[in-house]
Amino acid sequence: MKTTDGTTTAGGDVRLTGITKSYGDFTAVHPLDLTVPQGSFFALLGASGCGKTTTLRMIAGLEEPTAGTVHLGDQDVTALPPYKRPVNTVFQSYALFPHLDIYENVAFGLRRRGIKSVKKQVEEMLELVQLGEQARKKPHQLSGGQQQRVAVARALINHPKVLLLDEPLGALDLKLRRQMQLELKRIQTEVGITFVHVTHDQEEAMTMADCVAVMNAGRVEQLGTPADLYENPRTTFVANFLGTSNFIEAEVDSASGSQIVLKAGGGKLVLPEARNSAPARTGGKVLLGVRPEKISLTHADEAGEIPEGRNRITGRIAHSSFIGVSTQYVIDSPVCTAFEVYVQNIDRDPRLVPGAEVVLHWNPDHTFGLDAAQSLLAGTVGSAGVGTAGEEVA
Amino acid sequence: MAFVTWFKRNVVVVAGLLTLAYLLLPNVVVTVFSFNRPKGRFNYEWQQFSTDAWRDPCGVSGLCESLGLSLQLAFWATLGATLLGTMIAFALVRYRFRARGAVNSLIFLPMAMPEVVMAASLLTLFLNMGAELGFWTILIAHIMFCLSFVVVAVKARVMSMDPRLEQAAQDLYAGPAQTFLRVTLPIAAPGIAAGALLAFALSFDDFIITNFTAGSTVTFPMFVWGSAQRGTPVQINVIGTAMFVVAVLLVLVSMAVGNRRRRQKA
Repeated sequence: MKTTDGTTTAGGDVRLTGITKSYGDFTAVHPLDLTVPQGSFFALLGASGCGKTTTLRMIAGLEEPTAGTVHLGDQDVTALPPYKRPVNTVFQSYALFPHLDIYENVAFGLRRRGIKSVKKQVEEMLELVQLGEQARKKPHQLSGGQQQRVAVARALINHPKVLLLDEPLGALDLKLRRQMQLELKRIQTEVGITFVHVTHDQEEAMTMADCVAVMNAGRVEQLGTPADLYENPRTTFVANFLGTSNFIEAEVDSASGSQIVLKAGGGKLVLPEARNSAPARTGGKVLLGVRPEKISLTHADEAGEIPEGRNRITGRIAHSSFIGVSTQYVIDSPVCTAFEVYVQNIDRDPRLVPGAEVVLHWNPDHTFGLDAAQSLLAGTVGSAGVGTAGEEVA
Repeated sequence: MAFVTWFKRNVVVVAGLLTLAYLLLPNVVVTVFSFNRPKGRFNYEWQQFSTDAWRDPCGVSGLCESLGLSLQLAFWATLGATLLGTMIAFALVRYRFRARGAVNSLIFLPMAMPEVVMAASLLTLFLNMGAELGFWTILIAHIMFCLSFVVVAVKARVMSMDPRLEQAAQDLYAGPAQTFLRVTLPIAAPGIAAGALLAFALSFDDFIITNFTAGSTVTFPMFVWGSAQRGTPVQINVIGTAMFVVAVLLVLVSMAVGNRRRRQKA
């Protein structure tokens, strides 16, 4: 079940070079360079219409690029039709053949390549996805989760160099989706094949992938490990699309050594130089960002107990909601309305109720800086312009 | 009172049975009278039970020849109309071309046109072309009017087909020909079969258009109509009953096969 023949060489990478797709005036994918290392679990993450599925389909050969090339290892496959590419796809809503039973669905690829004795391989593959019992059923007799596993088995049995997954979990309910995320990750580790996974679900991408490319309006906004993207977003789109971020518009007061000191609402905030992706000229604007769970909340009466060296701003609790493991507060502050803070429910301070005056403080190392010349709302839920916001960035 | 409550409770069943009887009564009459031994030339009054006609179905001159011709016509018309109609249906669903909208509505025209008008104009056309009326003119006419029905049946099926299935086949190493044979055709098959059956039935018992385009050739419906003027041989009922029985048997067999497959799978 380990990687077969050629794939053990360094030639297992997927390399997209300047790949573009236009439909008339509309450009679905802007010139894109992307390398997916062999054996990795790679996620293309973005809202619908961002070009992620088009990119995937160009790797599969189901969509012809307007320009650019697709390489699998050393082989240029740009001109190859899908049935000649060593790539298999798990389709959205699975696309299982309704007239064939599960066994024949899984055997389809092997049979088309003229392999006669498929029995052993098909049975092994059905075992891997725990569907041995269902071999003679028709697809419509299986549950959504089972169909999904058939779709994975049908693709994996061919030992593709790359397995492409197009929103494979989109049709499943939440609980099953969690279970399948782990299942897919287990299978990927077991077979060691490169997985390229398209999803609009940031949590799904972060749970499963080794590397995530966040796409917006036909471009890759940022590429990195899930932790890197979360901790060091370089655009507001990424900061908002992956989790939640609070932003403060601040002015650069001084930049010395490894620290940038910012002025906002009369107070001073510190931003590590290494985590700033904006030009930091003195007097220039910078967007200061911080994640809601990094912030501590202290009642204004005890402001004196906050250790020195922490970034701090004052505000009033506008709203609080208790959600079990944590309490989520929305705080109005002079520097930013609707500041979000998540506090773990370890010791709950009964005074932290709406209307209370509080001090928000956090370790300056948890601050990131972004270019102020972009929309604060890019990538947030309900911002109709996840697309247009991206254009502004560009 | 008890009857009223019983009736209220079973009104749907009663209505259903009555409708069924209404549908099947003509078939019953045909079958019963195929065992009649009429006194005169007309098989309109029940006289006496007999299996004479069943033992000699071709006993009337011209009957079996006309039946053979009708079956042959129906076979070729079905083949022609199904082939062309399937291709048209795929073209209309799968491709965007300039005349698509026009073709989509024009294809219904033969269905909407009164048959007798179409028959008369076909005759005019054939005569002006100097065509010799007979087997070929009938066949051309039959393929023409069956075509629309096949297109409608196949189109419905192809439209409901997920295009991703063919993409999946291609993704799994099936070339264009393999994709068509292994995936497209099997999935479209029920629609194609429905279209073909419809074409067969339409062609086999068409009278009006056939009558206009046949010249001196006589098909089975024409034979029945012609003999009805002079007297109706019992053999006509025999052929009718036999066709009905064959059709019912085919339905039963296909149902049994379907059931067995389903039980094997489960």
